[in-house]
Amino acid sequence: MSVGDWEALINVVLLGLLLVVTFGIIRLRNLFGVVMLAGIYSLLMAMVFTLLDAVDVAFTEAAVGAGVSTILSLGTLALIDSRREKIPFRFQFTPMLVALVTGAVLLWGMQDMPAVGAADAPNQIHVAPYYIEQTPVEIDVPNLVTAVLASYRGFDTLGEVTVIFTAGIGVMLLLSSMPVVGAHRRRRRDDDGQENDT
Amino acid sequence: MIEHLVPRILAKLLIPFILLFGLYVQFHGDFGPGGGFQAGVIFAAGIILYALIYGLDRARSVVTPGLVSFLVALGLLIYAGVGVATLLLGAEFLNYNALDSHDPVHGQHLGILIIEFGVGVTVAAVMITIFYQFAGRLKITRELECDETDDADEEEMTGSPR
Repeated sequence: MSVGDWEALINVVLLGLLLVVTFGIIRLRNLFGVVMLAGIYSLLMAMVFTLLDAVDVAFTEAAVGAGVSTILSLGTLALIDSRREKIPFRFQFTPMLVALVTGAVLLWGMQDMPAVGAADAPNQIHVAPYYIEQTPVEIDVPNLVTAVLASYRGFDTLGEVTVIFTAGIGVMLLLSSMPVVGAHRRRRRDDDGQENDT
Repeated sequence: MIEHLVPRILAKLLIPFILLFGLYVQFHGDFGPGGGFQAGVIFAAGIILYALIYGLDRARSVVTPGLVSFLVALGLLIYAGVGVATLLLGAEFLNYNALDSHDPVHGQHLGILIIEFGVGVTVAAVMITIFYQFAGRLKITRELECDETDDADEEEMTGSPR
């Protein structure tokens, strides 16, 4: 078997596992299990990105998707006392129809797309050649992704950092000012005295 | 706080390497995969691991919430500050060529290094902030729960998931 065959085989296995994990997430009623499966999903996605030679994206997916967001989801689970939540599973026709139609339309639209990694795809012939040719001259860093993100699209990245900043401030404002409610009804009477400890 | 010996020792062994790897990813982003965003998350993961093993209070005494909220703003200010600096040096906003009057390529290197550092600082601080807020919230809930164990009826807690 050639390298390409092996790559195709690994791709099929990874995508198959992604499918299995997705169905697991949909079917599972235990939120702890769902969070764990979501972490596994992110790790699998990181491997898919690695196969697509997008190492930087894979890195981010593994660190953020599998790492930090799993911890934060577990923290949320511990806060909301998920054991009492019981959602009955029942088949719903309309959402299923919407999902199937959307999927079918996407698959249909995919036929017009260029093959993965095709050199003559529109996104490869727009600004990418300029970046590839000019980065060694203008910026001279070996990692092209860094050159594009930090310099050519520095303004975009500034916006992204602002989004993260805003998210942090938002969480700070929301969680440090809200009273403790919901988890246990009988505790309300204590809240006035205890809240000030924050 | 986790009392078991194995996680405590393992965390003690791992945390320095996690932080070091975070710094490596931060400052090696020009040469290999990585950059400020990934480095910030890895660095924050090290601190979060410390908090998970040794308790929120000890983590808060090492990396104080005041410092963290200062860093949240500092990273973004470093990034935007580079933009203002290039403006003052007579170039466009975030045009790093202006940072080195002799060699524009060196200016680019410097600019990328500084703004990546800003990204890393803000991302790490925001991740730690979110974790502190969630964990602090959990701590308040737990403390309230402990106060009420006397009259708490168990059947409410043992409702099993489907």
